Amino acid sequence: MTTLIVIVLYLCLLLGLGFFSSRLFRGTSKDYFVASHSIGPFLLLMSVFGTTMTAFALVGSTGKSFERGIGTYGLMASISGLVHAGIFFLIGIRLWAFGKKYGYITQIQFFRARFESDRLGYLLFPILVLLVIPYLLIGIIGAGKTIEPVTAGAFTEIFTNPTAPQWLGGIPPWLTGLVVSLVVLTYVFLGGSRGAAYANTFQTIVFMIMGVVAFVYIIDGLGGLEQAGKVPARINAKGVIVQDYQFNKQSGELIKNDPPKPIGRVLNTDNTDLTDKQPHLSRTPISVEFKKKNPKTGEISSFERELGIPFITFVSYFFIPLSVGMFPHLFQHWLTAKSAKAFRLTVIAHPLCIMVVWVPCVLVGAWASGVLPPGIPPPAVLSAMLNLLVGDPVLTGLLTAGVLAAIMSSLDSQFLCLGTIFTNDIVVHRAGSKKYSDKQVILIARVFIVVIVALTYVLAMWAKDANVFDLAVWCFSGFAALFPVVFAALYWKRATKEGAFASIIAALVTWVYFFHLSGYGGEMVIGPGIIPAAVCFGAAALAMIIVSLITKPPSEETLQKFFPQVKKL
Amino acid sequence: MGKIFIWVLFVLLFTLHQDIWWWDDASLVLGFMPVGLAFHAGFSIGCAILGWAAIKYAWPHELEHFAEEDSDKEGAI
Repeated sequence: MTTLIVIVLYLCLLLGLGFFSSRLFRGTSKDYFVASHSIGPFLLLMSVFGTTMTAFALVGSTGKSFERGIGTYGLMASISGLVHAGIFFLIGIRLWAFGKKYGYITQIQFFRARFESDRLGYLLFPILVLLVIPYLLIGIIGAGKTIEPVTAGAFTEIFTNPTAPQWLGGIPPWLTGLVVSLVVLTYVFLGGSRGAAYANTFQTIVFMIMGVVAFVYIIDGLGGLEQAGKVPARINAKGVIVQDYQFNKQSGELIKNDPPKPIGRVLNTDNTDLTDKQPHLSRTPISVEFKKKNPKTGEISSFERELGIPFITFVSYFFIPLSVGMFPHLFQHWLTAKSAKAFRLTVIAHPLCIMVVWVPCVLVGAWASGVLPPGIPPPAVLSAMLNLLVGDPVLTGLLTAGVLAAIMSSLDSQFLCLGTIFTNDIVVHRAGSKKYSDKQVILIARVFIVVIVALTYVLAMWAKDANVFDLAVWCFSGFAALFPVVFAALYWKRATKEGAFASIIAALVTWVYFFHLSGYGGEMVIGPGIIPAAVCFGAAALAMIIVSLITKPPSEETLQKFFPQVKKL
Repeated sequence: MGKIFIWVLFVLLFTLHQDIWWWDDASLVLGFMPVGLAFHAGFSIGCAILGWAAIKYAWPHELEHFAEEDSDKEGAI
């Protein structure tokens, strides 16, 4: 109950911040959508970082490391530090410059002008919405899965149908999702992009601090850093995967299992020298079979899992972080920057912020392999570790608030961006800029945001058991497949309208095809381990190049506008 | 020259990212940090240094001036 009170207090604090930022709102649509280009370096860093880190970063990374080990960091985090910073520098600053110069506030406005095509916007709009919605879903699903375990036992007479028996009385995911959606909706509705920037900054600071605090307490619970390093599951001489330790909740101590507890076995591997290896601490691909108990029926069953990361998969994950170049919500944050110089801190500090958040999560996930049952759902690993190792309810509440902060700092930008692109690229674009007053434009955006929040909530309840990490990777794959469009628009004069259409269609068709093959959101690799994003990207890039070369180049006027000859860009 | 230097560093970092030499190594640095993870944490610091170098040696001053000139405001707002 105490944990829940702390979480509720945090949400109230956030609502207070929303009301405060609404008082700074200048009442214009430009302020609502892009904060009147007034955001400085620190707010930009925090809002961009908070937006790119979501349930995926805290809950997903811990769960993925629990499944596959420490390779998760190189797979998603360190490469993102390189690619994201490169994109902020090469794409973000350039798009900000065109946005500032020509008054664009959405990606679609830029693409319509650069490719001289209205229809391109109508093609791109539903695709962007289609890809942002899974991103929203992972936030709401992640929030639900985080809160239920840590509030277990609080309302045993009210919530009698938990997701798992041990979480009886915990706040159910439908209620958490509803509350989180309403809180985010309130401050986005009131404060627009300025409200989102302030809330993001506050929440990013909260989740970074709480992440470090959680890490320290988990280390303490495991008996210190060196002891924590010994905890991950181990393979014995017979190829059986064992847990050498268990955490005794009564004494609050880690105790040695004698004999070690078997939890699974190695099925096959090319590497024969695995005895006494802790597979979660390297990236060697190993097929294993684990046993799990159905929490409702008590029935024991086995399931297979691949630990480690195949090298080709590791390399092809390079394509995933390219997605930030096409995130519409990130475009909107870039446009809020006061000047190009505001990007400097983001370019330098973004990889470091990633490191601060991801290294502890990945370590906790690997350590969890030695104390948690292997069948636990990956998104529940972080909260299960907190629940197991950190007994203090106030601290657990604060740490859970940190997870919610990471989730909500992405949800707000995504809700706002969908409202922005619908209002500007569809409604105002079709009706003409003079038909609606500034206040009407803001009202339309707010109404659309309410509709999107409601729709997202319903979808999240429908897909409540989806794997947060895998769903996010599919969402990123779609945006990464669209990357050739933005890169060619900015750096290739010969890129044409027809090339852009062909590229977007190629990205869409290949993405839908692989998404279907994956069973709509499952983990999938092609051939020796190539991820679908690499193929989708290749198809889109090829379509852009071939079709652009065989079609008429853009007009001289457009080239002058986006590739000025006098000033070398 | 500055831009070429930055691109060379970028390609170098990308190559270093594929650290096959520690793929199967589960040994611990400082008693708790798997060597593969420690290397990639260091890699993240390398990315920050590259960002600093890009700003120092390849900053798009012309683009900055272009954006700060009088704007046409042809968008919806």
